[in-house]
Amino acid sequence: MTEDVHDIRLRVNGIQHTARVPARRLLSDCLRHDLGLTGTHVGCEHGVCGACTVLVDGRPVRSCLMLAVSAAQHADITTVEGLAAADGTPHPVQQAFAECHALQCGFCTPGFLTLVAAYLRDNPDPGEDDAREAVTGNLCRCTGYQNIVAAVLRAAEITRGQDGVPRARPPAEEGRVPEAGGGRP
Amino acid sequence: MSTRMFGAPVQRSEDARLVAGRGAFLDDLGAGACAAAFVRSPHARARIRDIDATDAVDVAGIIAVFTYEDLSGAMAEPLPLLIPHPCIVDGRTPYALAREHVHYVGEPVAMVVAADRYAAEDAAARIRVDYEVGEAVVGVDAAVSAERTVHAGMADNVAAHLVQEVGDARAAVAAAPNSLELELDIERSAATPLEGRGVYARWEPATSATGTDDGRLRVYSSTQTATGVRAAVAAKLELALGQVDVVVPDVGGGFGVKIVHPWPEEVMVPWAARRLGREVKWVEDRREHFVAAAHERAQRQRVRVGFDDSGRILGLDVDILHDNGAYLPYGVIVPIVTSTQLLGPYKPGAYRVEFRSLYTTTAVVTPYRGAGRPQGVFAMERTMDAVADHLGLDRLQVRAANVIRPEEMPYDQGLMFQDGRPLIYDSGDYPRMLEMIAELVDWPGFAEYRERARREGRRVGIGVACYVEGTGPGPYEGGHVQVETSGKVRVATGLTSQGQGHGTVLAQIVADELDVPIADVEVTTGDTRRMAYSVGTFASRGAVTSGSAVALAARRLKEKALRIAAEALEADAGDLEFADGRIQVKGSPAHGIELGTVAVLSNPLRYAFDAASAAATQFSGAADHESPPVAEGEAPGLEGTDYHSPLRCTFANGAHAAVVETDPDTAEIRILRYCVVHDCGNLINPRIVEGQVHGGVAQGVAGALYERMAYDSDGQLLNASLMDFLMPYASEVPTVEIAHMQTPSPLNPLGVKGAGEAGVIPGSAVLAAAVEDAEGFRVDRMPISPSELFELRNRHAAGEVASVPPRPSPATASDTSVPSAREPR
Repeated sequence: MTEDVHDIRLRVNGIQHTARVPARRLLSDCLRHDLGLTGTHVGCEHGVCGACTVLVDGRPVRSCLMLAVSAAQHADITTVEGLAAADGTPHPVQQAFAECHALQCGFCTPGFLTLVAAYLRDNPDPGEDDAREAVTGNLCRCTGYQNIVAAVLRAAEITRGQDGVPRARPPAEEGRVPEAGGGRP
Repeated sequence: MSTRMFGAPVQRSEDARLVAGRGAFLDDLGAGACAAAFVRSPHARARIRDIDATDAVDVAGIIAVFTYEDLSGAMAEPLPLLIPHPCIVDGRTPYALAREHVHYVGEPVAMVVAADRYAAEDAAARIRVDYEVGEAVVGVDAAVSAERTVHAGMADNVAAHLVQEVGDARAAVAAAPNSLELELDIERSAATPLEGRGVYARWEPATSATGTDDGRLRVYSSTQTATGVRAAVAAKLELALGQVDVVVPDVGGGFGVKIVHPWPEEVMVPWAARRLGREVKWVEDRREHFVAAAHERAQRQRVRVGFDDSGRILGLDVDILHDNGAYLPYGVIVPIVTSTQLLGPYKPGAYRVEFRSLYTTTAVVTPYRGAGRPQGVFAMERTMDAVADHLGLDRLQVRAANVIRPEEMPYDQGLMFQDGRPLIYDSGDYPRMLEMIAELVDWPGFAEYRERARREGRRVGIGVACYVEGTGPGPYEGGHVQVETSGKVRVATGLTSQGQGHGTVLAQIVADELDVPIADVEVTTGDTRRMAYSVGTFASRGAVTSGSAVALAARRLKEKALRIAAEALEADAGDLEFADGRIQVKGSPAHGIELGTVAVLSNPLRYAFDAASAAATQFSGAADHESPPVAEGEAPGLEGTDYHSPLRCTFANGAHAAVVETDPDTAEIRILRYCVVHDCGNLINPRIVEGQVHGGVAQGVAGALYERMAYDSDGQLLNASLMDFLMPYASEVPTVEIAHMQTPSPLNPLGVKGAGEAGVIPGSAVLAAAVEDAEGFRVDRMPISPSELFELRNRHAAGEVASVPPRPSPATASDTSVPSAREPR
């Protein structure tokens, strides 16, 4: 009893990867086990917790709900490992989560980071209610979300460069996101 | 001196790695390992007639299938009962794989090992198990009635039965001028960390370093106790303790469920790794976590209380029926905690508590954050409100009449606590706690707010609930602190971390002790290779026990460093001080020596490996040829090891107040404000403590309004997914307002108390009180959903649910200071 496999090409964090996978291979498993990118975590495998969120062509996607062979048809995938700048400077969202104590065990964190990075790209100036609404699709069992909401606001502040911190690169600039558009400052 | 780190809101050292995606959780390890999957019982109670794996063998990638028949020796015996107690009547524990009988849905029946998890699950699905299905026993009523027993050979379902009594409570209730009886009910919930359980093991062949010709086992587990897993796995696999190393990687939340050990999977994976000579890994999926890990909370309580006209409780008599699930792996810690911590900050004239712990054909019940306290607090605080209502008194005033006064500390409650030691509160200021929660929530101003809301057609209510939490139990934890020749400080403690920030907090403590930059301090937790003596992470004990231990270990290191530095500086040790990574002469800072250099000198060398180490080699300078290079009574290396073994628990306390709004039409419940007064002694890191409170409150709200384990009468868990089990999102969890108190503990060198569980404890009690206050009728059963509230309204209208009388205006009834009235958010 053997299974058909497919050779796929995935562009992840700007790097071209190849993998040989069965059609049923989840994108989350492919990223973690075939490509060794274990920063993306799996919390439920039924699309509820959001820990496995990655950006596919700039949009947040639950990688446990997408097959690797489907992902291969998209241009570009960004995981938590790809949020920081090329020189290692943390993305504003990463910096803000650390500053605001927005993580405890850190297991759900990669999903929040990718989600919020995309959210702030499209909504650079959220209010507190907006920030809370933005993260209501992801589960965190440790923090009670209060500091996560604070971190969304702080990340927006850092991105706007309001406190002398050099303006960091939003996650999806330089043409990585074909339709990032609206609302960017 | 450097800035003092203790008490500062230091940013966590763990986070740079975790936000970069460089965390290393269990499933991030062992990329080449085989994968295990388990065949689990689909029935709550059944006899296994036959297991047929014939079809599984066809699956590509399959390596092995194991059943109970493959086990022998200690592996074929039941798993241990971790905490024996004389009150346990019949303590049943499971086998690593089911032996003939299964007692809950999810019980492991067979293990498959395959090349990857996909293949392992394919094979598991093809294993045919022939069951003779029995009848389930679900819920406290079914367990008590004992029409059916869960375990063969038992006449009923009582696993344990305990009575504790101080004074003659029943006589006191009978003689009291007022008395009441309450029936209370709390349902099951569960810790539900976002990372489930997981185990990865490899068997390493014998070498001269293994000290045996039998090889050596390395186990990684997502656990709350490295040393516990090590001892349990060694016993089961009949290995010497020294042949087993357990390493706990990053753990994606625990909240109590991961203190249980060894899980069936936790012995099967190492056993299979050894038997197959291959690396084996099992990572729990979400459904497995729901049905086959552990739950908590379900209890039914009957409270009889007698009190005087001021609300002072003269007698309290409590009966508890506790659902412990199919087995008793963790003993009866949960109902013991409920029955002792029920007393909270109060001192009833006499107290009697009796519990029966009952088997049901459901997942096991073991501590989940709060560990029985939420139920105890629910009983006590519902009682306080009932007493106040009966007398027409303000609810805070009745509490004030019953709390222990600071001058009565230490206060002996006369009971035995969950650590087998007397329940003696060490310190706390409970009257001040009540004043502070009244101020924080503006208790006196609420009557006016309620009236204003009423005029707008809105229905609002306020509740309060208090707790005392025994934290930091023994037996002990250890600390090892070492200064390397680079001046970097390495700290190890044996207990494990699941997000509490131990790496930061312990570094703060050691940085202060040695006066070194915190960035130079690295902390290891949960690795038996670094600290072989430890107990584990539970009962809010990390900061108390390991915090104290690393402080004491650092002090031992300092003594040694001073002896070496005094000799090198030709000064008296009493004239030296630690400052900014150096030891220097007081008042003459130029005359000093780097700590790294002291480390060099502490370890006489034959071979140099860099410029610094050359200073410690044998021809490097003047030596005293009359004494050996390592002086008598000394050991090489600049390090210190010590242990903190507390006399007994230290008792933290707090009060929560909540303001809720209930929709008159839809019965939706919205939390408008959630206030916390919290005393965990001296704060090491207020940012981390507040994070613990926030997370605890979220789980308290979850247990009060959203989460439950919905078993049907056949023992099937109907909501075993995150789609159906309503874990709150950001949209459901309120913003928490916190006021700290800091009453130091006299029981440890840091004056600290535990902070990990506090936030969750009064959740159900305070929200039941607030909903009750909004609705005007009793709420005695939690959790409460909108549809249940709607049903309660109907039953209240039909006269089946007791009203609560209009509450007196707290502004006149409470003697707390009155700040300006404040609008709830």
